[in-house]
Amino acid sequence: MDDTILKIRGLKTQFFTSKGVVPAVDGVDVTVRAGEAVGLVGESGCGKSMTAMSVMQLLQHPGRVVEGEIWLKDRNLLKLSKREMCDVRGNEISMIFQEPMTSLNPVFTIGRQVMEAVRQHQDVSKEEAKEIAIDIFRRIGIPEPEKRFYSYPHQLSGGLRQRVMIGMAMVCNPSLMICDEPTTALDVTIEAQILYLIKEMQKEKGTAVVMITHNLGVVAESCDYVYVMYAGKIMEEASVYEIFEHPTHPYTFGLLNSIPKTTEVKDHLFTIRGLVPNLLSLPKGCRFCTRCDKAMQICTEYEPDLYDIGGGHKVRCFLANKEVMESGK
Amino acid sequence: MVKYIVNRILVTIPIIIAIILIVFLLLQVLPGNPIQVMMKEKVNQAVIDRVTEQMGLNDPLMVRFGRYLWGMLHGDLGHSYKLKRPVTQLIMTAFPNTVKLAITSALVAWIIGIPTGIISAIKKDTLLDRTLMGFSLVGISLPVFWAAMLLQYILGYKLKLLPISGYSTIRHMIMPAIVLGWASSGSIARLTRSSLLGVMKNDYIRTARAKGLVESAVVLRHGLKNSMIPVVTMMAMQFASLLSGAVITESVFGIGGIGQLMVSAISQRDMPLLQSSVVFSTMIIIIGNLVADILYSFLDPKIRTQ
Ligand SMILES: Nc1ncnc2c1ncn2[C@@H]1O[C@H](COP(=O)(O)OP(=O)(O)O)[C@@H](O)[C@H]1O
Ligand code: SF4
Ligand SMILES: [Mg+2]
Repeated sequence: MDDTILKIRGLKTQFFTSKGVVPAVDGVDVTVRAGEAVGLVGESGCGKSMTAMSVMQLLQHPGRVVEGEIWLKDRNLLKLSKREMCDVRGNEISMIFQEPMTSLNPVFTIGRQVMEAVRQHQDVSKEEAKEIAIDIFRRIGIPEPEKRFYSYPHQLSGGLRQRVMIGMAMVCNPSLMICDEPTTALDVTIEAQILYLIKEMQKEKGTAVVMITHNLGVVAESCDYVYVMYAGKIMEEASVYEIFEHPTHPYTFGLLNSIPKTTEVKDHLFTIRGLVPNLLSLPKGCRFCTRCDKAMQICTEYEPDLYDIGGGHKVRCFLANKEVMESGK
Repeated sequence: MVKYIVNRILVTIPIIIAIILIVFLLLQVLPGNPIQVMMKEKVNQAVIDRVTEQMGLNDPLMVRFGRYLWGMLHGDLGHSYKLKRPVTQLIMTAFPNTVKLAITSALVAWIIGIPTGIISAIKKDTLLDRTLMGFSLVGISLPVFWAAMLLQYILGYKLKLLPISGYSTIRHMIMPAIVLGWASSGSIARLTRSSLLGVMKNDYIRTARAKGLVESAVVLRHGLKNSMIPVVTMMAMQFASLLSGAVITESVFGIGGIGQLMVSAISQRDMPLLQSSVVFSTMIIIIGNLVADILYSFLDPKIRTQ
């Protein structure tokens, strides 16, 4: 039985700026199965959000999907009309964002904003929609939901606002929820609660989740499978267990080393040396070679493919390719 | 909220008194003896002195100001030297015309300005956007008297569609409303456009789209209300300024409103009339600003729920 919910194939998203074409997403394959939680990890600017925005088809000018397919079950989203896509958004795929403080409209009550999502996709009366909204508020842990229904966003803390966003995203029982750095703007204590809530909702409704984050710690806590992304490409993918037990890509090592550990006291956090390259002038060969400690001659000349090293573990690095390694660099 | 409004009103009172004082003082330093103006022909200096004394014009400044304020509180704005009628009565006769002109031209301004701004924002950087914005800019920069005379020539003189001047029927009200309305619509359109474009960059617009709303609902429901906050403020202030008298339009079209009253008061050195009509229009502007602020606080829940 094929229980694939989302299948992204060869996705290329580019920004046509005055300085040139920015390949923000450069041939990405991602698969998400029903009920599964998939992490998408990478430093800021590596194309995670634009991958999600491509799926949602919310890219704004000058960005555009130029190639690829995005399958939601048996429909290619890139082939849908605007109208059909509106029926998908918020209904079959929903999304929550990094900025809980600004993601809700300041001039409408939170109740009205959640009701709006309900009434957009379900044929219910105002009263029924209100019931549904209050019910979801109760389940996402909004205290006094009947009263809070009439609150404006500015009367809520960041954590509560992100809860409202989650409620709004879950209220139509989507088969997929994309969470774009949902806890980056929040305190660590709130972060744990929000991740827990997402997990709860996921279990309760069987929703698949794409968790976008720059923190592998979040992935460890909330995901089954993970894609590591760098400069628009997937660098490594594996089950979360595999990634932590047998990390293979040098970039993944870097990310693992930069997870803050509560058990150790460090003066400063480890960071990967160098900066994310400018997408307009990517280095020749492996796009990580300018920052890689293990770079070899071949890395500056050829671009590695995504090599399957068994057990559903794939790595885009020559170190993982036996033939290259045995041929003597 | 109530506290905010009460505060706002209390702050306005000293401003109004200060303005009355300033207008009063300014007109005191103008040269010329008003009695001479009032008497027209050459009269005996003794008569002038006697009347000046009778009218209390020799009293100290502060006494006269106090008397003026006191009268004002009782609805007495003095007597016009020239028109020989109570100023209150003159203002109350002129004001309805100004109100009609203000309402009609504000309606024209809003009906043209807001949709133009919205369409321009949606069609940003297209030919349509540039055309509409060009048109608005013309409206803003074209001198009102010139536009007025142009319309009078075309609609009134050549096509004979509308009366050229006077203000007795609805047909008389059309041309002035278009002239004045078009002039104000330009700023409304431009502000609506820039405000809406700014609002559409907000994160909550992305949320609205992510919910599955169609683009028109995103713009009209989530964009427009937020973008109207500054526009409504501007509309209220524009309306107040229209209510305080459109001097040029009233003169060109022969509308007996506050603007014309002021012009005739100036040209005839009719001090009580000038003083009171200036104070009257200034107060309208201040009250307009006050209303704009209160409207603003109604639209913005952050202030409303305080
Ligand atoms: N409006 C834009 N114009 C040009 N380039 C953009 C724009 N938005 C995003 N990009 C490019 O897309 C890349 C990926 O962005 P994004 O997906 O937001 O990164 P992240 O992984 O932090 O979510 C950025 O590095 C940037 O180069
Ligand atoms: S291919 Fe070479 S440069 Fe790229 S990550 Fe592997 S070792 Fe480093
Ligand atoms: Mg991002």
